[in-house]
Amino acid sequence: MLFSKKNKEVFVNPLGISNPIMVQVLGICSALAVTSQMKPAIVMGLSVTVILAISNVVMSLLRKTVPNRIRIIVQLVVVAALVTIVSNILKAYLYDVSVALSVYVGLIITNCILMGRIEAFSLQNGPWESFLDGVGNGLGYAIILVIVAFFRELLGSGCLFGFQIIPQSFYDAGYVNNGLMLMPPMALILLACIIWVHRSYNKDLQE
Amino acid sequence: MEHFFSLLVRSIFVDNMIFAFFLGMCSYLAVSKNVKTAFGLGIAVTFVLLITLPVNYLLQTKVLGPDCLIEGVDLSFLSFILFIAVIAGITQLVEMVVERFTPSLYASLGIFLPLIAVNCAIMGASLFMLQRITKDPSDTQAIANIGDAFAYALGSGIGWLLAIVGLAAIREKMSYSNVPAPLRGLGITFITVGLMSMAFMCFSGLNI
Repeated sequence: MLFSKKNKEVFVNPLGISNPIMVQVLGICSALAVTSQMKPAIVMGLSVTVILAISNVVMSLLRKTVPNRIRIIVQLVVVAALVTIVSNILKAYLYDVSVALSVYVGLIITNCILMGRIEAFSLQNGPWESFLDGVGNGLGYAIILVIVAFFRELLGSGCLFGFQIIPQSFYDAGYVNNGLMLMPPMALILLACIIWVHRSYNKDLQE
Repeated sequence: MEHFFSLLVRSIFVDNMIFAFFLGMCSYLAVSKNVKTAFGLGIAVTFVLLITLPVNYLLQTKVLGPDCLIEGVDLSFLSFILFIAVIAGITQLVEMVVERFTPSLYASLGIFLPLIAVNCAIMGASLFMLQRITKDPSDTQAIANIGDAFAYALGSGIGWLLAIVGLAAIREKMSYSNVPAPLRGLGITFITVGLMSMAFMCFSGLNI
């Protein structure tokens, strides 16, 4: 019952075929801005997953009690409260990452993934399905963040998680880091390349 | 006064909401198919920014800051919730005004008008302002009084308007070109925005 075929689809689909970033076009802003290094990208992905899962469950529990007209305000308040908690936890335990993420933690409130999934899924479904949907979409989002961050950090500064990956002998032989990778434009172009590859495999997504 | 203009110009070109911080991407990508609608949304976003930023500035410095309401109490952890409430309220107001006076624009913006409430550009501007309040007044990015907050709002709004109208114009022309099938739609739009963003990078040395 808990892991029926339908529930499995709810969890697995957002990882690929209905990925929140590549297909539903939700939550692009933060996906691009925090990806110049691996560590902030992973923390951001996990924070969004946790917040999305909890807010999906809460809104799914509240869906019969909240009148339709004021639901947006209720959603915003639930999400904002969760984001405040996560932001303070990050400040307390991972201060350097929280500085690197700067305003983008607060911007999880206005991350379209949250509102999009609550409106599209958890207002029609029970808490357990909503939880799976939240975790699935959060992880789908995190995967894209990690892929973009991997290429940007490796090619832009030759490191991963801050550790030197490209050996010194390469630099001695004349290899130079591509500083443009750390700039905003390359995030957009990398994401375009990921979409290109994804849509070449999934032909029915092509426009 | 000098600081006012410096802040205004910098927030349009250097700290552009779209090209430097990727804020407000969702509606930016979805509404930029035609110039007229894009312009309408740009104006609406600028208007909401112009009201919310000064209000949020007053809220932060007069109500939530340390020792403002009650001696020895720092309420700044509430700023996320109160900012989003102010933004949602103002957006509701704008929606009613647009519906009353320009019904055609209201119809073409559709769902994206109420979605201004969750437009990252607006919340983002409030949060960047929060960081800038604490900066030294001599810093070119500092927001020291309500006039500066106003300049920052105007600049960010115009920058966003500029970006969305530019992209809409390019996409209108691009609909006649032969793009590889997997890139069509979202992919080529991202590449276009990336190239525009590269063009805007040349402003980053701008010093006023």
